[in-house]
Amino acid sequence: MLEIPAIRWGKPYESLETTEVVHFNTGEAIARVSSANGGLVSRDMRKAGEARKILKQFSIEDLIAKVAQAADLFENETLPLGSGTQTADEFVVHQSASTGLPEHMCRSNMQKNCFVMRNMTEILQCLTRGLDLNILSRGYGMESRGVVVSLQAQTPVLGAVLPSNSPGVHTLWLPVVPLQMGLVLKPGSSEPWTAYRVASAFEKAGIPKEVISLYPGGHDVGGALLTSCSRSMIFGSQKTIDQYAGNPKVQVHGPGFSKIFLGDDCVDDWEKYLDVMVESVYVNGGRSCINCSGIFASRHTEEIADAIAQRLGPIEPLPPEHPDSGLAAFTTDGVGKAILAMVQQDLEADGVRDATEPYGDRLVEQERCSYIRPIVAHANSPQCEIASKEFMFPFVSVVKCPQNQMIKAAGSTLVGTAITEDMDWIDQLTDATNIDRLNIGPIPTNRLNWLQPHEGNLIDFLFRSRAYQMPEEKVAALVAG
Amino acid sequence: MSTTQIDLETAVKQAKDRLDEHTYNTVQRHFHDSTGCPFWLSKKSELNFDPLTEVKVYDDLKKFPLFEDDWLRGGPVERWRMKDHADRPTYVFETGGTTGVPKSRVVVDDFRIDYEVFSETLPDEYFPKGGNWLMLGPSGPRRLRLAVEHLAQVRGGISFCIDLDPRWVVKLIKKGWMEHLEEYKKHCIDQAVTILTANHNIKCMFGTPKLIESLCLGLEERGTTLAETGITGIFSGGTEFTPQWTRYCVEELFGGPPEESGIYMTPTYGNTLMGLACSKPVTAEEKYKISYYAPQPRAVTEVVSFDDHNSVVGFGETGRVKLTTLTAEFFVPGFLERDEGEREMPFETFPWDGVSGVRPFHEIAAATTVGVY
Repeated sequence: MLEIPAIRWGKPYESLETTEVVHFNTGEAIARVSSANGGLVSRDMRKAGEARKILKQFSIEDLIAKVAQAADLFENETLPLGSGTQTADEFVVHQSASTGLPEHMCRSNMQKNCFVMRNMTEILQCLTRGLDLNILSRGYGMESRGVVVSLQAQTPVLGAVLPSNSPGVHTLWLPVVPLQMGLVLKPGSSEPWTAYRVASAFEKAGIPKEVISLYPGGHDVGGALLTSCSRSMIFGSQKTIDQYAGNPKVQVHGPGFSKIFLGDDCVDDWEKYLDVMVESVYVNGGRSCINCSGIFASRHTEEIADAIAQRLGPIEPLPPEHPDSGLAAFTTDGVGKAILAMVQQDLEADGVRDATEPYGDRLVEQERCSYIRPIVAHANSPQCEIASKEFMFPFVSVVKCPQNQMIKAAGSTLVGTAITEDMDWIDQLTDATNIDRLNIGPIPTNRLNWLQPHEGNLIDFLFRSRAYQMPEEKVAALVAG
Repeated sequence: MSTTQIDLETAVKQAKDRLDEHTYNTVQRHFHDSTGCPFWLSKKSELNFDPLTEVKVYDDLKKFPLFEDDWLRGGPVERWRMKDHADRPTYVFETGGTTGVPKSRVVVDDFRIDYEVFSETLPDEYFPKGGNWLMLGPSGPRRLRLAVEHLAQVRGGISFCIDLDPRWVVKLIKKGWMEHLEEYKKHCIDQAVTILTANHNIKCMFGTPKLIESLCLGLEERGTTLAETGITGIFSGGTEFTPQWTRYCVEELFGGPPEESGIYMTPTYGNTLMGLACSKPVTAEEKYKISYYAPQPRAVTEVVSFDDHNSVVGFGETGRVKLTTLTAEFFVPGFLERDEGEREMPFETFPWDGVSGVRPFHEIAAATTVGVY
């Protein structure tokens, strides 16, 4: 069994408290992970400034190259992990075994992380809207239009409280090291793998290990991390979002409530978009915030619900190593049953119909885990409770709603795909502040273009744009230099 | 069998005999009409046995139903006052109480006796007689504040206190007002630092784990350390302790074990119902394992089976912590604590059962807010 220590600015720390990461299907312990304690994190953060000092000894360009090299190592090589090593294939098996996500999805998330690491130049260009990256390093500089600009780093490190159940989120923090900031991560209890493997790959690619800390542990560790880092991100539920709302130090990532809107001009051709709808609901086991949880249309909603149900309803859990495995296991005892009970309560409301009912029981309980098979609900109106719900399995409500009410009824929406050519409505959708990422046309909600600035822009979070005035001769020297 | 083993066995037997005798005397006192409190005298009629004739040894206490702490809620608190204490100055201490009516315990002398007994266990080298104390713990209707003050006085010192309302802290956590929580913590630490830097010759302190940590970090922020303030002895308790936290505290906050840092910390386990269980000295060699031993015969902790609360688990095995209090003014025959742990062997200093690895009972842990101050 692997023994995985906490990492304190690159140095391993074996705690007296450990937790076991176990295989969800066999119960076999895969790793024993050291648990940090909150005070230890707070104390270590006193030295956070060192991480940026170390990284500023490298140019951003150099760090980008090292991160690209790390992508190859992450994807292919055998890397040190605690008391042992881990091959790329073992990484996939370990991640699947502890999170319940099918192996092919773990591999796909791995590739997504590698894509971001390999395309860091382009991603940073998009995040900064083409800014000379030296301006981020120096703190000021000349924009291409001949104006002095200053972007002031707000923190020497980014802290992140990572989730256990969604290995797809790591792309959000990967650009931090190239921005010359350290990483302070609390890996999810069931998913320590990505954070440790990235740290290992970074080190092997020549990024000083002293710029990364990894603190597995309990809630006190997360709390200490969020309190002591000037900038951090946390992944959690709506409750977490509410708790940190308005806290400028914390960027919260929670449920996405992503949706597809079928415009009145296209809805009669809904069958053409069935693949888009099914993919948006089903991909990645329905676990992502970018999975679609609501499809809004003014008519044909019953038929749409039935057609999606016909595609998704018969799906059964398959072993995690099976290439067609599409459902992720709930690995904590009783969770699957509890979630299904919540859904069923909403399904019993007036105006709601379970379109997947003809396809058998939704809960599949196994010895050590459970699965919920896809559920497609039809809701007569957006007022039905189920129309505003999101769950951690392939779930969607097909909601009957007049087009002119859709934007308001949709509520908070991380990704909105609007299938329409109605320019007036497109203008309204463009102006809708409750929709974060907007796709116009039949683009599945899960297909993110990483070269688009996205929700919670990392640059805006980590840097502050401010006025910076200089005498003209210094400006001229800046231009010349 | 070695001489040491024989000595320990003898000591265990003597302690057991003492406990049996003490149990008999305590039960006689609490159920005799001339001395007992109204609560137990009235409860006697509900029992299917006569405590005065049928409780002769400690094990006979199993005849009592489990003590329900809800019996301690609300008034009149006089129902808990022993008849022969009716004219004595009386305190009432509360526990919990964030919402609803708190549990109360009526006390005349117990807190003083408990802390005098505890005082005997403190090493004078680190808790010097005459040294002043800082009480970095809850104020208000808690026994701890007066108890620590008495401890300081018994040892010839004076205790300095801060204002700390743990009920407000629980409310802040429940409301999710984490910024307020941080500020309140700072407010408490500011008070402590003010006392420590005002030339009061403070050598010893009580602190909860979280407040000790915050104090050390607060002092570091001000460019100093706990050792530099002159503190040498810390008695800690009030909330959950873990070996890892203790190690972190000793190695990083204090700067090493007592012989290196000059600071000695002794974890304790207890509450308003029981008093104070001491710990076996905590060392790096034993991986900072914390084993508590109740102040027998005044109080007894047992580790009992989760299914059968009258059955003690084997040494090293896990069970629920069961508490019995047997003082001249308070009788608790078997109360199931909200904690679990492992049963520990007797040793020379405390020749009776101990408990280690104390943590919230797994079945209620999820619903409990622990370690709030």
